[in-house]
Formats: sequence, C-alpha cells, structure tokens
Amino acid sequence: MDTDRERHRARETAFYLFTQQSLPACKPVLTPGWVIAIFLFMGVIFIPVGLISLRASHCVVEIVDRYDIDCVPEPSRMDKVSYIQDDSIPKNCSHFMKPVPPITWKVSCISPYAEPYTFSSAVITRHYTAVKTATEYVKSRSDKQLLDGQKYHDTSSCQPVESNNNRPIVPCGLIAWSLFNDTFEFIREGAELKVNRKNIAWKSDRGHKFGKNVYPFNFQNGTLIGGGKLNPEIPLSDQEDLIVWMRTSALPSFRKLYGRIEEDLDVDDVVVVNLMNNYNTYSFGGKKKLVLSTSSWLGGKNDFLGHACVFVGCSSLTLAIIFMLLHVKYRRPYGDMSYLPWNRKSFSG
Amino acid sequence: MARGRIRAKLRKSHLYSFCLFRSSGSGGQSIGGPGFSRTVYCNEPQVLNQKPYRSNIISTTKYNFFSFLPKALYEQFHRVANLYFLGCAIASLTPLSPFSPVSMIAPLAFVVGLSMAKEGLEDWRRFMQDREVNSRKVHVHNEEGGFGKKTWEDVRVGDVVKVEKDQFFPADLLLLSSNYEDGICYVETMNLDGETNLKAKKALEATLGLDEDDNFNNFKGIIKCEDPNPSLYTFVGNLEYEGKVYAIDPTQILLRDSKLRNTEFVYGVVIFTGHDSKVMQNSTRSPSKRSRVEKKMDYIIYVLFSVLLVISLISSFGFAVEIKYSMPVWWFMRPQDADEYYSPKKPVISGLSHMVTALMLYGYLIPISLYVSIEVVKVLQATFINQDIQMYDEDTGIPAQARTSNLNEELGQVDTILSDKTGTLTCNQMDFLKCSIAGIPYGVSPSEVELAAAQQMANDQEDQGELKTLVASKKEKAHKSPIKGFNFEDNRLMNGNWLKEPTAARIMLFCQILAVCHTAIPELNEETGNYTYEAESPDEGSFLVAARELGFEFFQRTQSSVFVREKYTASGKPIEREYKILNVLEFTSKRKRMTVIVRDEEGQILLLCKGADSIIFDRLSKDGKLYLEDTTRHLNDYGEAGLRTLALAYRKLEESEYTAWNNEFQKAKTSIGADRDAMLENAADMMERDLFLVGATAVEDKLQKGVPQCIDKLAQAGLKLWVLTGDKMETAINIGFACSLLRQGMKQICITESGSEDKQEVKEDILKQITNGLEMIKQENDPHAAFALIIDGKTLAYALEDDMKLKFLGLAVECASVICCRVSPKQKALVTRLVKQGTGKTTLAIGDGANDVGMIQEADIGVGISGVEGMQAVMASDFSVSQFRFLERLLVVHGHWCYKRIAQMICYFFYKNIAFGLTLFYFEAFTGFSGQSVYDDWYMLLFNVVLTSLPVMSLGVFEQDVSSEVCLEFPAVYQQGPRNLFFDWYRILGWMGNGLLCSLIIFFINIIILYDQAFRAEGQTADLAVLGTTMFTCIVWSLNCQIALTMSHFTWIQHVTIGGSIAAWYIFLLIYGALSPRISGDAYQILVEALAPAPIYWQTTLLATIACTLPYMAHIAYQRCFEPEDHHIIQEIKYYRKDVEDQHMWTRERSKARQKTKIGFTARVDAKIRQVRAKLNKKQ
Repeated sequence: MDTDRERHRARETAFYLFTQQSLPACKPVLTPGWVIAIFLFMGVIFIPVGLISLRASHCVVEIVDRYDIDCVPEPSRMDKVSYIQDDSIPKNCSHFMKPVPPITWKVSCISPYAEPYTFSSAVITRHYTAVKTATEYVKSRSDKQLLDGQKYHDTSSCQPVESNNNRPIVPCGLIAWSLFNDTFEFIREGAELKVNRKNIAWKSDRGHKFGKNVYPFNFQNGTLIGGGKLNPEIPLSDQEDLIVWMRTSALPSFRKLYGRIEEDLDVDDVVVVNLMNNYNTYSFGGKKKLVLSTSSWLGGKNDFLGHACVFVGCSSLTLAIIFMLLHVKYRRPYGDMSYLPWNRKSFSG
Repeated sequence: MARGRIRAKLRKSHLYSFCLFRSSGSGGQSIGGPGFSRTVYCNEPQVLNQKPYRSNIISTTKYNFFSFLPKALYEQFHRVANLYFLGCAIASLTPLSPFSPVSMIAPLAFVVGLSMAKEGLEDWRRFMQDREVNSRKVHVHNEEGGFGKKTWEDVRVGDVVKVEKDQFFPADLLLLSSNYEDGICYVETMNLDGETNLKAKKALEATLGLDEDDNFNNFKGIIKCEDPNPSLYTFVGNLEYEGKVYAIDPTQILLRDSKLRNTEFVYGVVIFTGHDSKVMQNSTRSPSKRSRVEKKMDYIIYVLFSVLLVISLISSFGFAVEIKYSMPVWWFMRPQDADEYYSPKKPVISGLSHMVTALMLYGYLIPISLYVSIEVVKVLQATFINQDIQMYDEDTGIPAQARTSNLNEELGQVDTILSDKTGTLTCNQMDFLKCSIAGIPYGVSPSEVELAAAQQMANDQEDQGELKTLVASKKEKAHKSPIKGFNFEDNRLMNGNWLKEPTAARIMLFCQILAVCHTAIPELNEETGNYTYEAESPDEGSFLVAARELGFEFFQRTQSSVFVREKYTASGKPIEREYKILNVLEFTSKRKRMTVIVRDEEGQILLLCKGADSIIFDRLSKDGKLYLEDTTRHLNDYGEAGLRTLALAYRKLEESEYTAWNNEFQKAKTSIGADRDAMLENAADMMERDLFLVGATAVEDKLQKGVPQCIDKLAQAGLKLWVLTGDKMETAINIGFACSLLRQGMKQICITESGSEDKQEVKEDILKQITNGLEMIKQENDPHAAFALIIDGKTLAYALEDDMKLKFLGLAVECASVICCRVSPKQKALVTRLVKQGTGKTTLAIGDGANDVGMIQEADIGVGISGVEGMQAVMASDFSVSQFRFLERLLVVHGHWCYKRIAQMICYFFYKNIAFGLTLFYFEAFTGFSGQSVYDDWYMLLFNVVLTSLPVMSLGVFEQDVSSEVCLEFPAVYQQGPRNLFFDWYRILGWMGNGLLCSLIIFFINIIILYDQAFRAEGQTADLAVLGTTMFTCIVWSLNCQIALTMSHFTWIQHVTIGGSIAAWYIFLLIYGALSPRISGDAYQILVEALAPAPIYWQTTLLATIACTLPYMAHIAYQRCFEPEDHHIIQEIKYYRKDVEDQHMWTRERSKARQKTKIGFTARVDAKIRQVRAKLNKKQ
C-alpha cells in the first residue's frame, strides 16, 4: 500500500508531469464572447485616452519662425556660404516673431497651466535640418573622455577630431567640434524676456556624464574651426549647451531645447529676437527655425498620438461590432461536431 | 568426443538431397574474364602478400581522426545560411562592422560547434561499433599447423577459419566441411534477409575430408571467382583442388553476418573480406538527413536573402549618392579629413563598403539565433521523446529514443510507412490456434483479429453476443500459462478426449501427419523434460508442439526414422511408434507442399502431405473430397480471421505402386543435367495425387503486442503502410491478413514473374500485369473496394528498373496496401527510394534487423526496433522504439506536436526578425543611409538572446494544440502534418507580411510621435537614445504579445517566459542605466530619468503594441469563427467540456473520427457490417 501511494505521489510530482508534458495548463479559447469583449475593451480604453491626448495637444501653442534666410543681409543672399564663413561680418540679427496666437480649442484648456491666453512657460527650441546621423559622425565622440577628461587618453574613436599638437582635444570628436552656436535674446515690448538656460540638459548627464573637472582648454584651437567655442573656464558639466548638443538626435531634422521663458506671454504679444546667426547651415542647405512652444503633460504639440489612439480605438470598436454582426448572422455553434473534418467531408461527399 | 556423439545422433542431410543439388553450369565459362578476376590461394598467406585484397577491417565511419575537422567543417559550411554567417563573422572583424565581432562569431561557433559535436558523437558510436566487430575472435589456421584465435580484422583472404556454433562468420567463406559427415551446415541469415528460418549449406564432395584441424596442414587450393558484388543469392566461381576443378555455387558460400546454427563447427576458406563481402557491398553510407521543414526553411532563407540584398543595395546606393553629392557640403563631417569609406571622391568604394555594413546591419532578417534556437528546441523535444513513459517498454526496460534530433518535426509529416515484417510486426512466433478435422472445426480461442473486432462491435453497441463471449473467454484464459507456439483450446480434443469423438481415427491420422511430416529435429530441454523443436520454419515448430500437446510427441529422429510417442491410446498406456522415412519431398515456394512417404510399424506405406489448400484440393481423389466442402468453409473463416492455413492429406500406398515409383524417383535423383529438376518435379508430382483430405490447420503468426491496433490508428491517421519482407509470399499474405492490411473481399493484385528466360519477355509480362492492375482499379465502381498489391522480390527487380518504376509506383499508390515479399536489403532501400522520390512524400521505414539498415537509412525517417538481438538497425536509425506499437504515439502525438511546434516557431521567428530588422532599414532610409542603427548595440545583442528567445523556445518545446489523449483519440488530426498546413507558403508569407506590417506600425508610430516635438512637460526633445529605447520597448511588447496570441497552451513556463521577457527588458534598462555612463553612454539613467516619467512613453508603447497585434487578432478570431481548423473545434469541445457532459456523443464522434480507411481493423469491421447488411437486404 505504502509503496503504491509513494509511487502515486512520485507520479504526481511536478517533475514527472513536466517530463510527460502534462503540466497543468490554461488553454484559453478565443470564443466569440471573448473576441467581442476584448475588442470592446480596447475600444473603450483607447478612445478616451486618445481624446485626452488630443485635448492636451490642442492646448499647446507653438510659434515656428524660420530665420536663416531673413538674417542674411540682402546683398549676401546670393552667396550665403561665404557670408557665414566670413568672420569679419557681424552676425547679429534682429527678428520679429509672429504674434502669439490664441489657443484654438477653448474648452479644453482649463489646464493646470494658469488661465487661458497666457503661456505659463515657453520652451524655445531651435530647429534645423541636416544629416547629422551618419555613423561616422555619431560615433565620433568619447564618452570616457567627457567624463574623465585628459586622464583618458584613448581618443581614437574621435576621428578625425582627436588631437591637436599631440594633446587630445577636450571634448574631442566631430559632434563637439560642430557645436551649434547661434544665440538668442528675446525682447517683449522693449523689455528683455528672461530666458532660463539652466536645467535644459538631463540631470544625470550633468551629474555623471560630463566631468566636473574637465575643462575644454584646447577646444576649437585647431586650424579648422567647426562650430561654437566653449568657455575654457567652465567645466563640461556646466556647459549645458554642449551637453544638449552631444545628445545626438535620431533624425536629420531635429529640435533641441535652448531655454525656458519663465514669464507668461499674452496673446498678440510681439516678441523681437536678437540673435547671432553664426552657425553654417547654408553649405548644406539646412534650415534654421526658432520655435516657441508651451508644453502640456504630454510634451509638445502632438496631435498624431491622439489621432492614432482614437483610430485604434475606433477600429477595435468597429471590429467588435463586425464580429457581433457576423456572429449573429452566421452563428457557428461552438464545439460543434459537424465542423469536424470527418463530418464535413461527409457533407461534401 | 562431442563430435562423435552428434554424428551418431543424426545424419539428416539426405533429407535435403532433393533440393540442394543443383549444378552450376552457367557461370563456369566466364571465370577469369572481366568481373571474374578474383583469385584466392587457399591457406597460403605468403602468396597473398603479392596480390593483396582488402583487409577484413570494416569501417562505417564518415570521418577519421584527421579528416574530421576539415570534412565536418566543410559539411557545415555547405549550408547557405552558415556560409552567410561565416561571411558576416569575417566582415565583423573589419572596421566596417556595425557590431562587435564577438556578437557575430560566438553564435556561429555555437551552431557549428553543436552540429559538429553531434556528428562527431554519432561517428564515434559507429567507430566503437566497428571496433567491437573488428575485434571479435575467430579460429584461424596458422603456419604451425594448428588453429589459433585471431581477431576478425586480421583475417585475410585465403585463410582457413573454423567457426563454431552460434558464431557469426567473419567474412564470406567457402564452406569446406562441417561436423556432419556430408558437409551440411545450417545458417541463420537474419541479418541479411530478415528470415529467421535456418538455411542449409552444403560443402563440395571433394572437400569433405577436410574435417579435422590436422587435415589442413597440407591443404592447398586455388579459388577463381567473381569480383565483389552485392548480390546475396548468386555466386560464380570454381575451386582448383588436388588437380581438379570444381564449380562453386551459392550453397557453398557462407556469408558474413550470418550465423552458424545447429552445427557444431565448420571449416571454410575466406573469399571476400571486409568491404568486399556481400553484406558490406549491400550497405549504403549513412546519409545525413534533413527534415522537409528545414529544407523549406532554406528557401525562406533564399527569399530573405534576396530581400536583404535588395535593401542592402538600396542602402549602399543611397549611401554612395549621399557621399558623392552631400558629403562635400557637410562641413561638420570634415569631408577633407574623412577616411576612404567616406571620401566623396570615391563614392563607389563608399557604396561597396557600406554594402558590407548594411548586409550585417540587416542581418536580423536571417537570424543565426533561429538556428541556435532550433538546435536547442530540437534537443529538448528529443529529450521529451526519450522521457515519454508511454513509450517505455516495461518488459525490456527500453525507452523510446530519438537518436538524432534533426528529424523531430518530420515525424509529423509522414505519409508512407515502410515496415519490415519479422520482428517488427510479428514476434516470429507461430501459435497453433485452430484446426478442422474431418469437416469438424476445433479450437475456441479467438484470434487477435476476432478479439479486436468483437471489442469494436461491443463498442458500437450492436448485438454481437457471440463475439462478446469470445472476449469473455479470452479474459478467462488470461491466467493459463501459455505454451510457446500453442494457443489451442478445445476440450473435445485436449487431454485425450479426442478418443471419444466419432471421428477419432481421422483425428489420429491428422496428428500423425503433424508429428511425422516435417524436417525438424527434437531437442530435449533438460529442465522441463519437454522437447523443443529446431524447425525450418516456425509454423512447422508449432505443428509439432500441437501434436505433442494432443498426445503425439515427436521425440527422436534418426537417419531413417521418426519416433513418435503416443500418450493417449485405447489401452491407456503410452506407445512409442517408429515411422520409417522412405522419401521426403521438400517444401518449396513453387510446390507449396511437403510430402513424406513413411512405412509405419505395421508395414503400411503412407504418403503424408501438407500444403497450401489450393494445391492440395487439386490433388484429391474422388473419395478424398469427403470433407472438402466443410473444410473449405472453415479455411475461409480462418483466412478471414487472419490465420495462416495449411491443408493436410494422406494416401495409402501399395507396396508395388511405391516400388515402381521409387525406382523412377531414384533415377531422376541420380541423373545429371539441366532437366534433373524437372524430372524430380515430375516424379514427385506423380506420387502426390489421389490424396484424401484429412483436415486443415490454422496457425496464428503471433503479432507483436498492439500491432493491429497501432496499424488501425495509423491508417486512421491517413498513413499508408507498405510491408517489405524477406519472407515467402504466403507468409507475407497471411501476415497481411493478421494485421488487417488485407482482408477477404479486398482485391489482390499479385504481380509475379513468368519464369521465362528472356528478360525482355519477362519485363513485358510484368508491365502487362501492372497495366491490367491499373485498369482494374480504374474500372472499379464500388467506393468501398480496396486493392492490395503483392509483389515478390524477383519481379520487383524488374519493376524497379528505370523504365518501369513509375508505372509500378502509380499502381502501388492506388492500392490500399502494398506487400513486397522476398526482397533483399538493397531492394528494400530501392523501394524506399522509389516511394520517397516518386511520390515526393515523407517516408518512414521501420525495421529491426541488419537487413533493414538500407531501408532505414534511405527513408526520410528511419526507425529501429530496439531490444532485439542485433543492434545494427538501431544504430542506423534516427529513432528507436522497442515495440512497433509505440510508433503510434511517436507519430501521432510527438510527431504532430513537434511538427506544429517547429513550424510555428520558425514562422514566428521570421516574423519577429522581420519586424525588428526592417525598423533598422526604415531608420536608415530616414537618415540618409548612414549605417547608423537606431538601437543601442546592447539592445540588439539582447534582442535575440534574452528578450525574445525564451518565449519562442517555450513555444517550440511546450506548445500543444491539443493534448496527447486527444491526438490519440482523433488520429485524423495528424493529417495536418502530411498536408503541411502549418508550413505552407501561404502561412509563411502571411507571417512575413505580419512582420512587415508590425515593423511599419512600430516605426512610424514612434517616429511621428517623437521626431521633433518635446516628449516631456519640461520641453526636452527626443534624441537617438530615447527614440531607440521607446521603439525597442514597443518591439519587445508587440513581439511577446504576439507570441502569446499564437500559443494555445499556457503552463507556468509560458507565463514566466513571456512575462519574464518583458520584465527582463525593463530590468535590463534599469541595470544598464545604472551602470557608469562610460559603459552605458546615452542610455545612462534613460528609463528612470527620461522615459518612465513621460506619459507619452507608456502611451506609445501601449498604442504600438495594440496596433501591431490587432490585425493578427482579428485574423485568428475570424478564422476560428468562420473557417475553423480541426484542432480549433476539438479545443472548443474540450473548453466547453462537451466531452464530459455528453459522453455518448463523444464516443460516437470518436468512432466517426476514424477516417474512411481501407485497411486496418476498422475497415475490416466495416466490411463485415456491410456484408451482414447486404445479406439482410437479400432476405427481405
């Protein structure tokens, strides 16, 4: 008896069941009930999510202003490249931005961001088109050097901007070398708008990725000067422009955060931008734009997300309805024997 | 001393005088000519040194120590995929690679290494087996004049060897002499042709004197003979001995791998050694087999490779254009300093180098991890096959074994099974079951067929009282101790009760025929005191056992007499009777009868005859037909029950009549010349006439356990079964009946050779028979009509010739069952090849003996029966089971599962890699074909290793569409495999399309959402790392959700692997983000700081995942609703527990599930029911 029971128990052990491929299993079957319920559920989830996203997106106000052509003086417009490359010509430029538009979708914007028609915060991004993601370019940097500075000697990854006078350039690499160097000042009604340029980079980047004791002492000292220069007195961890720039964008056309305007703008406010148009996009036909945008909990203006969610939700609902109709019309009794192959054959034969 | 005793005991050779002496006239002239150049100097090893023949070492290995590495590597890189991966691995060493070399080389090394290790292990096994064979010992005559032991490998051509009882012959030998004075010996050729009955071989008269060790000191002789060839049944040569030339024919040749039986020893000269021997010439190299799915996968690889090439070309072209036209103006790239790959001056070089980069970058389309995963999954599947307790034979303790894991899924696609008979279907044991004496049937034990039919009918709940009692009687009998070869039960005959029967005299005569008319030798079993019989065929043995059990114990045979002890006599005391044997007329397949003429103690001369009923019935006298009608009816019944029948008859002879005939017969016997056979035949024929029919016997060729049921199930699963046997046609047909491959009412198409000399004539005749057969099938109107094709080896030799084989195959596939008898091992292989190549379907060969090796190797899947003596079949096989009946589970359960698992797994694998790989391409296209990958290197590395590998492997190892019980209940579900429903192009392309769709959805959702707008409330925009990570998150989610939708069987393993994979991604991100930025780069703190707090990240993930799975879900939901497949319905039945609620319906459906099969029990029962109905209709 005892041995019998033991054997029985042994047979029931998980390992035995495992080797015999008879572990307890859940075998869900997609019955029409489940199918319709799942599609309905997805529809019910996605449509509201989409609508909420759309609302958030509509609350965002965005002013895009292209300045790369306007900021080249009329006579030089024929040959913008030589204009931008000529260091002797001052590059400052004053530019009127479009007036701040009203928020289009009034109802939606009783938002945490103060009352309508004002911007609780503005995000300035610059925008330019360029092929900036070639492998060679993206790889031309040294994360170790950025953190450790000269202590880290191997800058071979920074080809072709690796060293100058046998000393590694800090920060080395093409990305840093082609640092964006247009600067902006905003004036509203004669007074300067304060732009907060702190905390535009990720905190972890500032804290752990760019060295606190690494100074760009020999940056842009070579024969070829690329983009912007850095103040050699300030450690890399505080050069937020560089930190933002070093985050390579995914696509050739991209925006980068420049700073935050922490004052509210009113509708129809006209903002004058005084900018230094230093950066050469003319060689490769790139555009430069200045973007003023508010942000919502979702980020910038992003209608697509909401539309896509609504679309998926609607598709789900439609499918649910279609299946419901199909099921009503062509009801197939589930687990019906007559559908088994041998029975079906006898019908046809 | 021992020898003397044996000689005194028996000289039986004259029994064979009739059939063995045949002159070998034809071969003589050609000796010495081309093809007949071999010269063997007997017993003169020093002469041989001048003209060496191959040594006796055999090697069946593919590789040796030195050639293993190059050859095995060559084999591996013969595969397109591996070659591609090798190219990638080499390219990864150059600076062009987007990945680190380790990530390319390590998986390749794993795949190639594993495959090579498997090859090596198999070869090692073969090597060990060879070594065991080569080091067997045999007595060889040495120069000192004695016989010393030598290993087989040292045996040379021309050596004189002495082989003792139950030993194998080390090479092909010329028989010189045996312990019997007339040079007879008995051999068992099981390993050559699968036949278990003993064959007699006879030495030349001239060499009979060489029967002592000492006689060989001065023995010299020269054998001139044919060159090595694979024909087992022919031999042409002659022996020059003591100045005379003697012709040698096949009866003097002892073949390697056959066994000496019933003979104490023989002497022989080695003629063919090692690979020259006939059996080795018959062997074929073991091929490496690949499954159909895997072969198809090659085509998918080609398709994907083309896609890969196209997108790489697009990429490289785009890149070259960018380099040429854009690079000069990209000052930020410092074009003047750029190395040659980026130099605008050499766009072609840039383009070409980018091509290499692109080929590797998009290498995800052809995933090496697929090969790794498949290898691993198959090994695990094989482990499950090995572990299956229901394929474990408790009697022998041998489990089923998957000896190679390459073919698991092929098991699910088998269309035709080619089976050996002896040892596979049958136990090679005959049981005397029934008999009909003087028109009265005896024997109540049911045959297996009857039993199964009864059970079936009982299940069908029809009134079958009679059959029910049969079942009951079988149950009662279970406790009776069985006597081997005897399963007869009838109180009217047993225990001497026959004396009380009215026909006692006939019964006695019947038993006398059984006890006297045979050529067996009795052996006293010391332990039990019973006699066992060494008979030429097992049914002869069973007759003797039956006679013994009925009270006529044959206990001694002398040169001239047979002694029978009669236990039950009128007086009550046992009597020993002596029957003087006057003549024996042998059984041959042509004569189909055997006759002895004896003189009993009263001096009466009796002719006792047993033979095939048709032959005997033709030879009855007018009076002898007394019981003809009844006996014929009984014979039909027996035949229907799958029993093997013989009719028994006798005739009383007058002294004068006999003497006259005997003179004639002796004259014929001593005559020399071509017509000797015919004369003997005529003489025999003259005597075997005017017989008196006594009765008939029915012997059951004992099938192995569960064989009929298994065949039935396999037939229901839609599999065709061909039986290829070395046995005689009658035996084969009987077995056909026993395992329900044949049944009464089935139209048998027998194709036989006409026996004409002219080859062309024979061929034409056979062709005509085949055409007739086809015509017959075409003209048949009855839908239930079934045809059986029976063909013998000689005919098959013609039918397999190139110009006829397709016709033959055409006929064969039209027939419900095919039985080939008397086929040689090579023919078995040829038939297998014909079926394999002719029909293009998957074949499975199953066998147990060395004679099946060719067939096992040739078939797509070879299955060996383990647990029997020889291991050759198992060694050559891909799977081994210990019983035929386990084949059902192996195919219907494991085969079905493995096929679906592998098919689904491969489809999913391509889906997932396309979905992933194409996103890389789109990103390329969006970024000016820069060669930059959107994902971090680590993500890409982990993608196939951790993040998506385990769920797909759990799909490959654990998925079950329906449970094993359901598979067995509904064998018809198996048809999904042979019809290849789960790996057809429709499905494959569907999955690929799904992958394409998925890649598009994921890429564009991510790109549009994240390309320039801030993704955080704080205004940060997405950089490469953020976009890549978000996109990758979407991929991980989508792919894992997708696989959850494909699975239908979730144990905790699936839950853990799927959930775990998704969790692993986040865990990885956390860990990777927590590492120093020196390692993680832009991914530093990416989840914690950048992504997790952004609602858009989660929303995008959810959106992309659902959007990806929505189309597939709609598809499967639609399919299940409106075009359900077989397994869907069964799943639903199980899901709604309909089977439990409605038992009756369930059983009814189960019986319906049996396809309209034309073979198997079910078919037989159906046929019977139809018969009964027809009868009823007539009555009405």
